[in-house]
Amino acid sequence: MTELTKKRPEFRNINAFKDLTTYRLPLAGWVSILHRASGGLMFVLLPLIVWLFDTSVSSEISFDRFSSAFSAGLGFVPGWFFKLVVLALIWAYLHHLIAGVRHLYMDVAHAVSKEFGKSSAIVTLALSIGLTLVLGAKLFGLY
Amino acid sequence: MSVNYGSKRVVTGAHYGLRDWLAQRVSAALMALFTLIVLLQVLLTSGPIGYESWAGIFAAQWMKALTFVVFVALAYHAWIGMRDIWMDYVKPAGIRLVLHIVTIVWLVACLGWAVQVLWSL
Repeated sequence: MTELTKKRPEFRNINAFKDLTTYRLPLAGWVSILHRASGGLMFVLLPLIVWLFDTSVSSEISFDRFSSAFSAGLGFVPGWFFKLVVLALIWAYLHHLIAGVRHLYMDVAHAVSKEFGKSSAIVTLALSIGLTLVLGAKLFGLY
Repeated sequence: MSVNYGSKRVVTGAHYGLRDWLAQRVSAALMALFTLIVLLQVLLTSGPIGYESWAGIFAAQWMKALTFVVFVALAYHAWIGMRDIWMDYVKPAGIRLVLHIVTIVWLVACLGWAVQVLWSL
């Protein structure tokens, strides 16, 4: 190229603090990034998930330890904190599952219009947050 | 752009897009179906779920086999998801390689533990 050609600007990593905070995400965008975040959260909590499975299923004694973790806590972790973490896990799973089913539906039905993106995003958020609240209330003993 | 050819070539993989796109969908559908199966078994147990009824769900051989398949599906599904996350946000190849290795070790360890739990029932 000639020396007079302007050097093309290079766009590298998004700056989390300068760029991310300036984007206005539509609802479908929120569902999407939360889909990624919930997946990442479950990945990080995977050992806990396996532990929950292990303790609940191995023996009567371990099952008792499993149940008591929700009330008396586990080691240095108090029961209410344990419940909060499990609530986060419940939300992550519900959102990831429902947003995932939305993806599968869009794949199969080719429902890719902007309007459907918005309406299905509303359904996803309502259903996942709603179910999280219902299950969370049960978890915290509200009914 | 950066020098990325000849001796400076950084190989990060190729030709896996369609395979992984499909694998993620198939594993997702399988896990959703599994969730439904377990949920139905839990909801259709009369009375509060004690150890017997809960562990009993996973006692049958067919259920153990299905659960094992779901565990493997989860590991591959999670690998694809995390690889995509690293790929989107971590550009330096050396750091990303370390993260890939950590991710795989993490997933294989959890998978091994889960399988061990399943077969000591």
